[in-house]
Amino acid sequence: MLKYIIPLVLFTIMAVFLGIGLKLNPSDIPSPFINKPTPIFKATKLEKPEETLSPADLKGQVWLLNVWASWCVSCRSEHPVLNSLANKKVVTIIGLNYKDEPTDAKKWLATLGNPYNTSITDQEGRIGIDYGVYGVPETFVIDKKGVIRHKQTGPVTEQDVKNILLPLIAKLQAES
Amino acid sequence: MKYLIFVFFLICQISYALDARQLADPKQQENYELLTKELRCLVCQNQTIADSNAELAFDLRRQVSEMLEQGKSNDEIIQFMTDRYGDFVLYKPAFKGKTLLLWIAPGAFLVLGLIVVYIFIRQKRALRSEQGVSNNELKLDSEKQNKIRRLLEKGDQF
Repeated sequence: MLKYIIPLVLFTIMAVFLGIGLKLNPSDIPSPFINKPTPIFKATKLEKPEETLSPADLKGQVWLLNVWASWCVSCRSEHPVLNSLANKKVVTIIGLNYKDEPTDAKKWLATLGNPYNTSITDQEGRIGIDYGVYGVPETFVIDKKGVIRHKQTGPVTEQDVKNILLPLIAKLQAES
Repeated sequence: MKYLIFVFFLICQISYALDARQLADPKQQENYELLTKELRCLVCQNQTIADSNAELAFDLRRQVSEMLEQGKSNDEIIQFMTDRYGDFVLYKPAFKGKTLLLWIAPGAFLVLGLIVVYIFIRQKRALRSEQGVSNNELKLDSEKQNKIRRLLEKGDQF
């Protein structure tokens, strides 16, 4: 009897591990930024290049940092979702225009709509490195104290907004 | 045609980044080559940033070379990268709680395998002695032994 049970048990254990392995997304790398203060930057604004923005300016607000670029295909699919989130006016959305040409970026916003309260530029990708950006689009949720509370790599979907972002934003807005 | 395809695949093997940097100080250059071979490109996950031609790999190489020129040590650069990209960026992850399983698992499986083999061999041995077949010694009753002797003698006559 044991002769049959042992292989069966071993097979079950292997199947469970392989099953978990199948479900994992290899491009989903845990961010070391969760619950860490947001990296400091001083970036020029896309629309007003003479002005700069830094995280200190956003203290006291819950804000999203959405990394996007006009060359990024998945950003295009994410864009309507961001537009509808912006229409709800529950959170400040800052766009980090990553390794992009400002003229292309402005054209993109003019044609597809602008969900961002402000967009800042990072043509050389240096702010991107400070935020550990490796796959555009990426979205960070930052609380009133300037601490990163959530990060999503890849496009935000309607489901993500409903199930993850909105409840989290509501929770963070309630914090002092 | 066959040869052309062969040559094509050979060329594909030479995948080295197009913009490998040259630093003024040979010691820094050595560190640069060492570091870029230890850091993983996060876009094309099975390449180092030295091998990859992805935009991000280009930016990370620039970052490494700039930090070296600023006189930063290798450890400081590794720390800078793991602070931003996590342990995943290292091809040789640090030995700590989270990565413990990664380091220990191969050894643990080897030990486990040896234990299984040991138990298996012992069981086999126990089984054999139970059946009365131990150490090549055949315990046969005298009647059978006589029969064998008779057969052997008969065989000699042919």
